Amino acid sequence: MRKAVVPLLAIAGLIFMTAPIIIVRAPYESTMGLVQKVFYFHMPPAMLMLVSAIFCGILSGVFLVKRRPVYDWMAYAAAELTVLYGAMAMVTGPLWARKAWGVWWVWDPRLTLSLLMWMVFVSYLLLRRYGGPGSEILAAGLALFGMATSPFVYLSVNIWRTIHPLTSVVPTLPVDFAFPLWYAFTGFLVLYIALMLLRMSVEQQRAMLDQLYLESEE
Amino acid sequence: MFWRIVWIVARKDLAIEARSRELINTTIFFALSCVVVFSVSFVGEGGDGRAIGDAAAGILWVAIAFSGTLALGRTFERERYGDTLRALLMAPGSRAAIYVGKLVGIVALLIATEIIVVPLIALLFQAKLFEHMLLTSALLVFGTVGFATVGTLFAAMLARARSRDVLLPILLYPVTIPVMIAGVRGTSALLAVEPQLDMARLWVMLLLAFDVVFVTLALWTFESLMTE
Repeated sequence: MRKAVVPLLAIAGLIFMTAPIIIVRAPYESTMGLVQKVFYFHMPPAMLMLVSAIFCGILSGVFLVKRRPVYDWMAYAAAELTVLYGAMAMVTGPLWARKAWGVWWVWDPRLTLSLLMWMVFVSYLLLRRYGGPGSEILAAGLALFGMATSPFVYLSVNIWRTIHPLTSVVPTLPVDFAFPLWYAFTGFLVLYIALMLLRMSVEQQRAMLDQLYLESEE
Repeated sequence: MFWRIVWIVARKDLAIEARSRELINTTIFFALSCVVVFSVSFVGEGGDGRAIGDAAAGILWVAIAFSGTLALGRTFERERYGDTLRALLMAPGSRAAIYVGKLVGIVALLIATEIIVVPLIALLFQAKLFEHMLLTSALLVFGTVGFATVGTLFAAMLARARSRDVLLPILLYPVTIPVMIAGVRGTSALLAVEPQLDMARLWVMLLLAFDVVFVTLALWTFESLMTE
């Protein structure tokens, strides 16, 4: 598992080094111009954040039923990556919004949902950090509830007006825009997998260490 | 059998409460303090005493959420203090019934608080909360149940955790935000100069859907979350 980390990080590094060249060469978007290029570094982490949050929720549900530690390690790693990718999306988003909409932030459904999901996973990390022994089970419950709440957040904020571009634009993008987008997306995805594997192996080693410690005491 | 256990647990909590009146007194007073704090921020100068814009609805729901969190923490603190939580969980019968019993106790307490706080807000901010009694009560009841469903589960599971006093609001507010949105939007639709009844009904339906999903999820996970 850990052997794959270094090559994956190398691939991600290579993609991130070459992505700016491809992004510079991509054509200008007609209405937003230069600032639209933030998109290539905004949409991939934002999308991966939501995928990662759902992933963490599902893994937590499985962990609650099966109680195998490997699901918990994965869920923990997914929660940390949700927070990391969410932070990336929430740094790049306002930069783009300031130019495109004239404001740093609007309380639009998609933005509110992302912020709240991000907050649920920050609270997940706080719970694991400060909750004391047994907090992995409590955190699993939290992740499950956090995932279940997201459709309601989306629905409830959607009754206000939305100005965020719809995700349905993504499959209809002309190839000049789509290629750099999916190129950057691949970079973020490979980085995600590498960090996930690394984080899981850290948890595995921590569990092994605890085990050895217990055995040496006996 | 299920409903009998629910009744026993809820009656136990209500009997303790009826004798000490600790929670009801502190919760109502805390809700009142919240209302006063908000009145400082959201009532314009020299006006007719109305809150700015939709603020009356917001004040009502934030007061409920804050005092609800206080009550939730306290109920389980009491169980922990007397070391009775474990005894409760060890009692024969389904754990889901124990959860529902606790939930009933908390909902009863919060509704009692609302019976005091809602007229008070109507009085202090000249909000027309009694014009559409049925819809207002539907919003309040479903909203309270939704908030308490998640709150009871989180407070119960945090009862054994470290730094639970801080963690409860941190975990609870992001997850219950749809309840807050629906409650505030629904109430302000009713408080508008021309009440939008359809809008309020829509929010009531959303709260009902939330309640159904979260009660189901809580019943399903309570057992495994409370296992050590």
